[in-house]
Amino acid sequence: MEQSQPRSFWRRDVFSTHHKVIAIQYLLTGVMFLAVGGVMALLIRWQLAAPWQPVPIIGKLLFREAGGAITPEAYPMLFTMHGSIMVFFAVTPILLGALGNYTIPLEVGARDMAFPRLNMVSYWFLFLGSASMLASFFVPGGAAGFGWTIYAPLSASTEMLPGWGQDLFILGLALDAVSILMGGINYITTIMQLRAPGLTLRRLPLTLWGLFYSAVLNTLWLPIVASALFMVLCDRRLGTAFFLAGPLAPHAGGQVLLYQHLFWGFGHPEVYILIFPVWGLVGDLLSVFSRKPAFGYKATVLSMLTITILSGIVWGHHMFTSGMNPLVGKAFMFLTITVSVPTAIFFLNWLGTLWRSAIRLTVPMLFTLGVVFVFAIGGLTGLFNALQTFDVYIHDTYFVVGHFHYTLAASVLFGTFAFIYFWFPKIFGRQMSSRLGKLHFWLSFVFLNAVFSVMMFVGLHGHMRRIADATAYEFLKPVQHWNVFIGWAALGLGLSQLLFFFNFLYSLFRGTPAPANPWEAGSLAWTVPSPPPEHNYDAVPRIWCGPHEYGVPGLNNGDWLSQTDPRAKALAKS
Amino acid sequence: MDEAATTPVEIPLIDIPAGKFGMWVFLISESMFFTGLIGSYIVLRLGSESWPRPGTILNTPLLGLNTLVLLSSSLTMALGLNAIQQGKQRQLKRYLLFTALLGSLFLVIKGCDYVHLWRHGFTLSSSLFGSCYYLLTGFHGLHVLSGVILMLYLVAAASRGAFAASQHVRVESSGLYWHFIDMVWVILFAILCLV
Ligand SMILES: [Cu+2]
Repeated sequence: MEQSQPRSFWRRDVFSTHHKVIAIQYLLTGVMFLAVGGVMALLIRWQLAAPWQPVPIIGKLLFREAGGAITPEAYPMLFTMHGSIMVFFAVTPILLGALGNYTIPLEVGARDMAFPRLNMVSYWFLFLGSASMLASFFVPGGAAGFGWTIYAPLSASTEMLPGWGQDLFILGLALDAVSILMGGINYITTIMQLRAPGLTLRRLPLTLWGLFYSAVLNTLWLPIVASALFMVLCDRRLGTAFFLAGPLAPHAGGQVLLYQHLFWGFGHPEVYILIFPVWGLVGDLLSVFSRKPAFGYKATVLSMLTITILSGIVWGHHMFTSGMNPLVGKAFMFLTITVSVPTAIFFLNWLGTLWRSAIRLTVPMLFTLGVVFVFAIGGLTGLFNALQTFDVYIHDTYFVVGHFHYTLAASVLFGTFAFIYFWFPKIFGRQMSSRLGKLHFWLSFVFLNAVFSVMMFVGLHGHMRRIADATAYEFLKPVQHWNVFIGWAALGLGLSQLLFFFNFLYSLFRGTPAPANPWEAGSLAWTVPSPPPEHNYDAVPRIWCGPHEYGVPGLNNGDWLSQTDPRAKALAKS
Repeated sequence: MDEAATTPVEIPLIDIPAGKFGMWVFLISESMFFTGLIGSYIVLRLGSESWPRPGTILNTPLLGLNTLVLLSSSLTMALGLNAIQQGKQRQLKRYLLFTALLGSLFLVIKGCDYVHLWRHGFTLSSSLFGSCYYLLTGFHGLHVLSGVILMLYLVAAASRGAFAASQHVRVESSGLYWHFIDMVWVILFAILCLV
């Protein structure tokens, strides 16, 4: 094999075209933004728990003019930036960028992505996008404050939000969109075109299926929101009026609601874009740690396909109260409820995998089971939201916030941790401490449920989202103590993450060296040393079976087969 | 890293080179981008009480000429691909240059059209039609510009002898891109000038 020539630090670790290096860049960027977005969440909860009181410790640093208290202008910036940073700059880089880049070439038996240079450019577009996002905090007028949905006309008129922070925000999102699209081209092409011999589509790990459908959804729907964002930018700075009407518009004919259609045309699929990789990962990890083949593999993949198709035609459920014809709303309601059929199928497949299995309760498995639990709650409450009549009542309340955070934040966060704990030994060649990991899981699990379930309860009481001070409303005074409770729980959740950061850093340098396959996993990536050599595979691997050959009877060493194990051929014949 | 080292023996879903497959994925997302823009145009126009009749504001003959320019550039692109499939490198280079020139001519005519319209008070903010016209044709123009740069890059590569009868994926996928922006223009011409 050709040996890698010595290259400069810049070419090797910074402007690298190599998928494993790029994956680590994505991972570190994502984890950094996870911390930033998390601190913002804590600030939001502080404001709600103790309205207009000076923030302890960091308040003096962040809000100097106001004596350490969050100002009415700063609060919308906090919830806007918290949402966007978490969705586009923390979760997306970790679950698509890092998980995708690291696992796809390894799991298909390739040496790199199909387009390594495009891959490098993709990361640097994310980098520029994050720079733009961070810069928006420091311009006059501050960061964006129109909410992560960027609703027009608030976003589209400089009369209401004149600051350049808003424009930098939109620019940052646009750059990130370009980055994600480039990544998606690589994921789709690599998974479909670069599979090693024998790795048929039915033998792909479920993680790759999740990443594939996620990339498909990005390819289809991200450009739609990109076009809408460009139109918002034109409205703001070039004097057009696509989304402006009335006295704000320089000319007649703009349609405010059009923006919402374009945004949710992407916004709904975005949920699946983020959650598909997690669902795939959960399918694989349940199988590894239950030592059983994934139950209903084909049905799981087909449900993801069904959801991919359905997700494009249900966006209207976000707009039941936007002045939609109730009959159209009924159609959207019906379609939305239809999504629960494929969702239920693969959820039952998860339970089928667990049924009567010999579960190994490792740290990644705990987080995987965590995803299963929180997704059950998120999915069931989603069913309520889909009902037009119920949605009118809970629209714009913390019920929706709680539901959203169960489905997306909680399951995606647990999925992120399952990914990191599971792949850490492969990526860095060292084991993470499992005792700290377990503590991290249980604390996160308890606090996370405390935060998000109480959000749903105050939401049912009528607590509006995006308000900065619930004590200003007479009818919310009885639930104010719950805001204090959420504040404490959120603080607990935040502090438990310190365990993770400590574990991550400590294991990076001091963890026990990991063997090639610490989890006895069957998929291709675990046949190479940890960390894998730069070219991944000395020779093109030959695949003989699927990734989930666990609990195979009659093997003399262990109960499972690696995908490259030629014994699979003989077993399949007999 | 050279391309060969990154590509092991594979079982592709569709038996075409990865470069071409990736281009198709890219073009799907490009068409969704224009779907967003064109769809918004249609919605905004149908929701408007009045709309200028075709031919009253835009210079349809000039834009029609521009359509012909772009269509002929697609022809030279196809001829270029045909040339390299037979291994004719010099011809490929010539046809790629023609394509880049025609693309530039399209942009020049487009520029004249813009200046003319702007002088007559048809601007981005003068009316909804103005906003839509400059948005749609502007984004399309940016795509033509990138296409021209892509062509010049291919010309440079062809001069170094980077392509052969058996190895011209980049020419082929760039051709796909060029035909795509050509097709988008035909749609834009139809919905902006004719209907
Ligand atoms: Cu939705």
